[in-house]
Amino acid sequence: MSLLDIVNLNISFATRAGVVQASDEVSFKIRKGEALCLIGESGCGKSIVALGIMRLLPGNARISGKIFFNGRDLLSLHKKAMRKMRGRDIAMIFEQPAGCLNPVLSVGNQIAEAVKIHENCSGKISRQRAVDLMALVGIPCPCKRYSQYPYEFSGGMAQRVMIAMALASHPSLLIADEPTTSLDVTIQAQIIELLKNLVSQFNTSLLLITHDLGVAAQMCDSVVVMYAGGIIEKGRMSDVFKNPGHPYTQALLKAASGKEPASVKGSVPELTRLPDGCRFHPRCELSQDICRKIMPQMKKGVKCHIQKKT
Amino acid sequence: MVKFIAGRLALAVLIMLGSAILSFSILTLAPGNAAEAILSAERADDPQLAEVESFMERHGLNNSRLIRLSQWLHMLSKGNFGISLRTGEPVAEEFRARFPATFELAASSMALAIIIALPFGVISAVKQNSILDNVIRFVALWGVSMPNFWLGLLLILCFGVILGWFPTYGSGSIVHLILPTITLGTSMTAILMRLQRASMLEVLNENYIRTARAKGLHEVLVIGKHAFKNTLIPVVTIIGMQFAHLLSGVVIVEQVFAWPGIGHFLVDSINARDYPVIQGFVLIIAFFFVLSNLIVDILYAFLDPRIRYGRTQ
Ligand SMILES: Nc1ncnc2c1ncn2[C@@H]1O[C@H](COP(=O)(O)OP(=O)(O)O)[C@@H](O)[C@H]1O
Ligand code: SF4
Ligand SMILES: [Mg+2]
Repeated sequence: MSLLDIVNLNISFATRAGVVQASDEVSFKIRKGEALCLIGESGCGKSIVALGIMRLLPGNARISGKIFFNGRDLLSLHKKAMRKMRGRDIAMIFEQPAGCLNPVLSVGNQIAEAVKIHENCSGKISRQRAVDLMALVGIPCPCKRYSQYPYEFSGGMAQRVMIAMALASHPSLLIADEPTTSLDVTIQAQIIELLKNLVSQFNTSLLLITHDLGVAAQMCDSVVVMYAGGIIEKGRMSDVFKNPGHPYTQALLKAASGKEPASVKGSVPELTRLPDGCRFHPRCELSQDICRKIMPQMKKGVKCHIQKKT
Repeated sequence: MVKFIAGRLALAVLIMLGSAILSFSILTLAPGNAAEAILSAERADDPQLAEVESFMERHGLNNSRLIRLSQWLHMLSKGNFGISLRTGEPVAEEFRARFPATFELAASSMALAIIIALPFGVISAVKQNSILDNVIRFVALWGVSMPNFWLGLLLILCFGVILGWFPTYGSGSIVHLILPTITLGTSMTAILMRLQRASMLEVLNENYIRTARAKGLHEVLVIGKHAFKNTLIPVVTIIGMQFAHLLSGVVIVEQVFAWPGIGHFLVDSINARDYPVIQGFVLIIAFFFVLSNLIVDILYAFLDPRIRYGRTQ
């Protein structure tokens, strides 16, 4: 059985410009201990899917579908039961870690709080656990750093704090939403290395959202590619990256390889004014008449009329 | 931290000097003659020219402005605010006798404002756009637009004259305090409530609030611990600034309720052109402005670790 099984997840926002369909019939699974990466250009709905799993969407969001976690549908859980799962079973870290820490509470205090929420232990024990966690994620002099405030931490150190907080209760799933996007390149590598080690040490499943296809290839077992709110290709990492089926995945990989222009030609459509048929057709070199009229179905992990996997 | 406070103190001294010079200059430029005003207040008919001259001579009012200013500053530097032309008592003494009544009124108004505004501001933000939020916002709008004297008269009419629940003037007991407190505290409550709401709405959008929720923290703690402490930084600033405003806003309310505080005395002194009292009182009120701002700065440092540990950019 899968740890996480998302079935036909729809998330939309009612805005003045019309309905934004940020997640359109999204389905994928993550097994226990598996690392899956979610890739795609900015604005295609990756963060919204992640927040949907946590049930931490903005107030104007409408969500439907099923999100099974260990067989239980998270979307039908009572508010209180869902709250108990956050942090304990599913934890999340974000981009721009500095803004994710409360500026008026000490860093150690915030980690100890994460320990305490789910373990109901004494202040002394949670404090000790927090110091241990800080050491685990490689923060030097954890005893001294415990009582410091977020402004005294660099971006990389703040992300380590976030990781310590996220792993406080050994969750079975960690969602990392572009954890290194705002960091320096050298720091990025360190954070990725740390995540990789901790995830395998605790046998935590990972949902990694990233722009960095190199990191994705290095860390993940499987991959899901999103375009304009929907999944257009998914499969095993080794298979998809070596032999991409969908023209969009091919373009993404080409752009990342450095030989071609650094990004995919054209731009992502507005989610309020999606093209008919295949959403990628205005940018696709292979598009034909059928592409403009009929939305392709997902077959063998590829959602395309023309390019098919054998 | 010590450097931070020392800097603020030095600035405070400069501001006080500026206020002293300003309060002196504005008054000496204002029309009206102190000697005439005071002498005619003491008797029924207009004073003789000779009496006026001798009064001015006695109180040094004939000297040039510059000499009077330097004399006054010299006196101030020794902690002497001069003698009231009207009562013949030292200005500092007159102030000390009346200040407790005014402070009592200002403090109770402030307490009323804080007790009501902070919780309702928070509720209003958390339940944004609900019926409750709209009611709170309407009441707050009404509170800021209601002039003090009008509200005071309305309360007197309603609860004093018609219902007879509270005395309409005077001081000395809790029941005397209630109507003036509501009068003085209403606009403060409304201002604070709106500010607390706006501040909370802003903080609730911050990423660290999302982190607190992602940890599985109970919503009560997300609001009460993580968000509330951050909203206090702007709120405390306004509380401090408004407290000094209360001390000056008290002038009208004391007049309406015949409350025996500094505001009441100040109005009488202005009518009598009692320069030493006006100058002294204005200066002392300025002092409270500066003092409350200083306290705000220090509180600020306790609320915001970035300031507390000396990183001031
Ligand atoms: N609160 C909201 N109201 C309306 N639209 C939103 C809201 N939050 C996100 N969106 C839209 O949802 C889409 C997906 O956003 P997101 O998941 O953040 O993209 P990304 O793949 O870059 O993480 C974007 O087009 C964004 O404009
Ligand atoms: S369906 Fe047509 S337009 Fe869409 S990706 Fe395939 S070839 Fe391109
Ligand atoms: Mg995103």
